[in-house]
Amino acid sequence: MQNNAALEYDYTIAKMFVFSTILFGIVGMVIGTLIAAQLAFPELNYLLGEYGTFSRLRPLHTNGVIFGFTLSGIWATWYYVGQRVLKVSMAESPFLMAIGKLHFWLYMLVMVLAVVTLLMGITASKEYAQLEWPLDLLVVVVWVLWGLSIFGLIGIRREKTLYISMWYYIATFLGIAMLYLFNNMAIPTQLVTGYGSWLHSVSMYAGTNDALVQWWYGHNAVAFGFTVPIIAMIYYFLPKESGQAVYSYKLSLLSFWGLMFVYLWAGGHHLIYSTVPDWMQSMGSVFSVVLILPSWGSAINMLLTMKGEWNQLTENPLIKFMVLASTFYMLSTLEGPIQSIKSVNAIAHFTDWIPGHVHDGVLGWVVFMIMAAIFHMAPRLFNKELYSKSLVEKQFWLQTTGIVLYFSSMWIAGITQGMMWRAVDEYGNLAYSFIDTVTVLHPYYTIRAVGGLLYLIGFFMFAYNIYKTFASGKEVDGSTLQNKTPMSA
Amino acid sequence: MFHWLEERPFFFAVGVFVVIAFAGLIEILPNFAQASRPIEGLKPYSVLEIAGKEVYKKDNCIACHSQLIRPFKSETDRYGMYSLSGEYAYDRPFLWGSKRTGPDLHRVGNYRTTDWHENHMWEPTSVVPNSIMPAYKHMFSNIADIETAYAEALTVKNVFNVPYDQDINGDGNVDVALGSWEDARAQALKEAEAIAADMKNQDVKDAVARGEIPEIVAIIAYMNRLK
Repeated sequence: MQNNAALEYDYTIAKMFVFSTILFGIVGMVIGTLIAAQLAFPELNYLLGEYGTFSRLRPLHTNGVIFGFTLSGIWATWYYVGQRVLKVSMAESPFLMAIGKLHFWLYMLVMVLAVVTLLMGITASKEYAQLEWPLDLLVVVVWVLWGLSIFGLIGIRREKTLYISMWYYIATFLGIAMLYLFNNMAIPTQLVTGYGSWLHSVSMYAGTNDALVQWWYGHNAVAFGFTVPIIAMIYYFLPKESGQAVYSYKLSLLSFWGLMFVYLWAGGHHLIYSTVPDWMQSMGSVFSVVLILPSWGSAINMLLTMKGEWNQLTENPLIKFMVLASTFYMLSTLEGPIQSIKSVNAIAHFTDWIPGHVHDGVLGWVVFMIMAAIFHMAPRLFNKELYSKSLVEKQFWLQTTGIVLYFSSMWIAGITQGMMWRAVDEYGNLAYSFIDTVTVLHPYYTIRAVGGLLYLIGFFMFAYNIYKTFASGKEVDGSTLQNKTPMSA
Repeated sequence: MFHWLEERPFFFAVGVFVVIAFAGLIEILPNFAQASRPIEGLKPYSVLEIAGKEVYKKDNCIACHSQLIRPFKSETDRYGMYSLSGEYAYDRPFLWGSKRTGPDLHRVGNYRTTDWHENHMWEPTSVVPNSIMPAYKHMFSNIADIETAYAEALTVKNVFNVPYDQDINGDGNVDVALGSWEDARAQALKEAEAIAADMKNQDVKDAVARGEIPEIVAIIAYMNRLK
């Protein structure tokens, strides 16, 4: 595309989403650290009266980091990567520009309403799908706007072949659209009867069916929120930052189509030993194990992209972030299938091993990758050199320590709890009362809260670094930057 | 074939959609009619119990409590009979939870009483030393939304044929009456009075006497029903 060498990309929308990524990252992680500390020190439940209990705050943490931080990160990178891999500038289409701005502001509105309603306890109560029906409708509009942006940009593209990242962004869009619509089907009670609160609705599905739809959604929201779009990012940013070509096209094909087909079956592993039919539980278990293949396919493809260039790992902290992200992705996608094996699940389910698993995935893989992407994008967005390399290095080690404390304490806590629940004395009676299995966890809850705090401090260092880059970094011409991100010592 | 797809975004998107929708079609749809059948004699929730379920949702009890007893001896010893699919037929949404920071509650009505819950929600450590559960004192002053609970009951009755105002067990009497809003409110208040009579908090008793039902009364009605 030599004739387009002078193409000026327009990053207005990308910058807006970088801002919201950092904002919601801080909000979500501050609440996360607080509720982690509440489990170790229950007095912390009373800081905000009715609104400050663990139970009321947990949905704010999950929604804040999933739909606030992660979605913002996905969109920040989309409005950056999309233009570049399709070889077309947002500035060429005032229509797409308007869609992008509307997308951002409507999304911010939804997020504000989400925070307010969740704090008030207005909730549909299904995990990661708590928002009530009027907000669900707004979410759908936001999602359609993103779809318009994707397919609009594709419509005016110059590069005919869709790059691997584009496959994953498209899949994210389609997957979440399907899952969200089906899982949130509900009937507003006020519209049907004329009585009571207009915000209230009742689920279209009952009992076991509701559970089935919910975990088909819940599990795959992880797939299409925490896996698919993050792979989109790493397929763009790792080759770009390292200057290395993706190791294998065939491996990326296998991983993509394999992931698409296999992931959706695995939701049943959340319902093992529940009242859903046995064959579904077994399918969930088996497909979870099969899922190792496409997951490791992507991760190995990324690691092998660095073949012969491992020296970059010591020189460039962004490579460090991305390589560790791939590694945590491998750990997490091995751990998940292990927990899905029925006999392991019998111990692991309902325990702290599950949040432990989630967090080595999200802290190590999702957040590391999104931060690396923002570090890479910042000099190109703001035409400034990255403020401090040594701060990036320090942040990396602080947060890695935080993650290790988090997941190792939760592994021990979860297995301890699972074993104590089933322990019997010599006469076959239960050996422990429930409260025994709670008090024993205190040291692990404390370690977890410390791990979370270290990670949070690292995130503040990240936010500060980006802010200083923007405010006082050394000027560079972002449009001429090639691979390695410029950063001052 | 893949190169061909990668140059044609429309067909690419259709391909992805077919591949991801496949599992849902096979796993979810066929089971729907079967799994939603209630066990014999299952009664729908009364309006007061629905209001209590809403308090349970509002304060997000599922963050720490499950309502799903797995078929293991260690669980049936601790919580009672393992859970059956048909017991959840009127649960919209399902409230199984995914984490047991606290114990399972699916049959809590079998072994806890109104006064135990009153003490526990006011100050958990007063009945469970070392408990890390927060106190929910605001439930004693917040008033439950009975009208919305009635709206929910009427909705599931009309839309999903949940058997309100019907004789379910064949004894010739209506098992769970719903009736008009006025009937339902009077009935909810009657049930609330029975619960308040077993409680000691004077503010709660006064509120019920005034015709208002505090959240604590509703959630106790709901938890007593979980058997």
